[in-house]
Amino acid sequence: MVVGKMKLTFQKRVKLAQGLWMLSWFATLGGAVTFALGCFLKTELRRRGEVMDNTDIHCVPNTLMIVGLASMGINYFASRICQDALDPGRFPRWKTFLKPFYGCSVFFTTLMLISVILSYIMKGSLETSLKIGLKNGIRFYKDTDTPGRCFQKQTIDRLQMEFQCCGNSNYRDWFEVQWISNRYLDFSSKEVKDRIKSNVDGRYLIDSVPFSCCNPSSPRPCIQYRITNNTAHYNYEHQTDELNLFIHGCREALVNYYMGLMNAIGAVVLSVFLLQCSVLASVRLLQTSMEAVAGQENVEVDSEGYLLEKGVKETFMEYVDPVLKLLWLNEVTPAEAKAEAGTS
Amino acid sequence: MAVLKVTFTKTNRDKLAQVLWVLNWVSVVTGVTLFSLGLFLKVEIVKRRELMSKEIVSVPNMLIFVGLTACAINFLGGKICYDCVDTTKFLRWKLLMLPYIICTFFFTFCILVGALMCYSMRNDLEESLFLGLRDAMRYYKDTDMPGRCYIKRTMDMLQMQFQCCGNEGYRDWFHIQWISNRYLDMTDSGVAERLRSNVEGKYLIDGVPFSCCGLHSPRPCIQHQITNNSAHYNYEYQKEELNLNRRGCRQALLEHYTQIMQSIGLIVLIIWLFEVSVLTGVRYLQTAMENVLRLGDPDSESDGWLLENSIADTARYNFNIIKNLGKCYQVDDDPNIDVPSTSQQAQENVPVKQIPVAQ
Repeated sequence: MVVGKMKLTFQKRVKLAQGLWMLSWFATLGGAVTFALGCFLKTELRRRGEVMDNTDIHCVPNTLMIVGLASMGINYFASRICQDALDPGRFPRWKTFLKPFYGCSVFFTTLMLISVILSYIMKGSLETSLKIGLKNGIRFYKDTDTPGRCFQKQTIDRLQMEFQCCGNSNYRDWFEVQWISNRYLDFSSKEVKDRIKSNVDGRYLIDSVPFSCCNPSSPRPCIQYRITNNTAHYNYEHQTDELNLFIHGCREALVNYYMGLMNAIGAVVLSVFLLQCSVLASVRLLQTSMEAVAGQENVEVDSEGYLLEKGVKETFMEYVDPVLKLLWLNEVTPAEAKAEAGTS
Repeated sequence: MAVLKVTFTKTNRDKLAQVLWVLNWVSVVTGVTLFSLGLFLKVEIVKRRELMSKEIVSVPNMLIFVGLTACAINFLGGKICYDCVDTTKFLRWKLLMLPYIICTFFFTFCILVGALMCYSMRNDLEESLFLGLRDAMRYYKDTDMPGRCYIKRTMDMLQMQFQCCGNEGYRDWFHIQWISNRYLDMTDSGVAERLRSNVEGKYLIDGVPFSCCGLHSPRPCIQHQITNNSAHYNYEYQKEELNLNRRGCRQALLEHYTQIMQSIGLIVLIIWLFEVSVLTGVRYLQTAMENVLRLGDPDSESDGWLLENSIADTARYNFNIIKNLGKCYQVDDDPNIDVPSTSQQAQENVPVKQIPVAQ
């Protein structure tokens, strides 16, 4: 049961070879673009690596880079094959190469599709990683004198200003953390002592946020201290005031940013995937139609090309069987050796 | 004696024409580059128009104009050079070539002027920024007045992006009222006292907006009561250097624009050198082709030069042309005019014809 049978005249074969040559160069470019996008995504993820707890999300750009490089290789060989396809003298040397070529190509093309799906699957993992990373960043905000944590303040401040966000889920996260270091607190002051005594863990918690949470679009100068106290500020109601501080949490802002990036990249990679599939299908058609006229004196006859000789399942087993046999052969040989050792 | 004479064989001329054709197309690309550089500079200036008292339009407009003209001129030049390989096709362009070269010469001069303008823009810009920033700081609090409601946001974004504060430094904020009256509790004694103590009734404080806060400071930002050491624990404002941004925004913006313009100026200078070399090549090609036509044999060798006579002679010749341009035709020079001769012999020899009169 042949899949995708097509009758090709000589003219059609020539046109197919020419079109395929152009297409394979475009697909090589597409592969390069995929690689570049993978690199770009990796750099963007590394830039904010300090607020991420783990690097699980890096599997997406890594896959993209591998697939991009592989795609460039596959399409380069595709262009060489189609260059030699119309020449019956040069074509036979590709014979032994074709089966592993198709196997690899299908594998990497599926991997391309998987990488796009992966970017959606990893969203949850990214969110968790950011949640933990930001929580730690906010906790260590005050530790500008502890080695290894001295740049957390700067990182968080820059992040909040750049992404126009405040805190993990919202600005209230700052109320639960002591973000002013003890060395800037006057312990002889009554107010400070009261606050520390009233807290179970002895932390100095206030209803205030750092300056980087301030929204420049607010019409009034920023109110960052005593936010929930309406009487502390003239003409101020903290429930109705929405412009004073950034209302979005940094986790939400970062997840949206990265998902937006991965959506855009996914769209480009999908089109490269389609291009790659068409290149592979064309190479297969060209190869089978050229094999049909091989050995004949007049190469300008019509011939039939097909995608798969047998059905999909049978072709799949045909490719996987050698791999399995290799594994089984290894298993059988020790057993045989044991049997031999037993009999001797 | 020609200036910088070079002898060209037929193959040399053909090669020169081909090379010039390619170079002219490269010049079209550089023209597009010039245009985009001008556009980029214009966008950068328009982005911060609110912070400048007088928008600098001359330099980007000059670059845009020069870029577009470069594209047009070099496109024409490419066409001409392509036709120069064939002497018959060259005849089409023969009359146009000298005016074309003169135009291109003046145009390359414009490119040089454009490049130099980039470097001289600094002084105008500094003054414009000083006045613009001063006004922006004054209108910082006027977020309820139409036309000025976004100045606060612009100023805050500027101070955060460039890590600067005020015009010269953070003390500029001490001299203006940046908190609007509608957020001041006039019934409060502290506020009333401050207003009273000021001559113009302005609410001046030793505080700065939040956007002046330094990112590198190890302690949370101190933006109010900056000069009061006792208001904050373990704080000496003379020693604190990281708390607020130290640089003035005028200095920061000036450096930013100077950097852009120096890069643009350098690129324009390189493009100018390239254009001059292309122009020289076209001039050699033109003179070589004209000499070939004069000699009559299209395959012979011919000379090419920059100027036919020495510089002094050419200058004198052109100067005479310009001098005589204004005057009408000279009576003694023009041979077509019938000048009554003063000698008797001439009068006798010339027969006087009667004009037949109709009866």
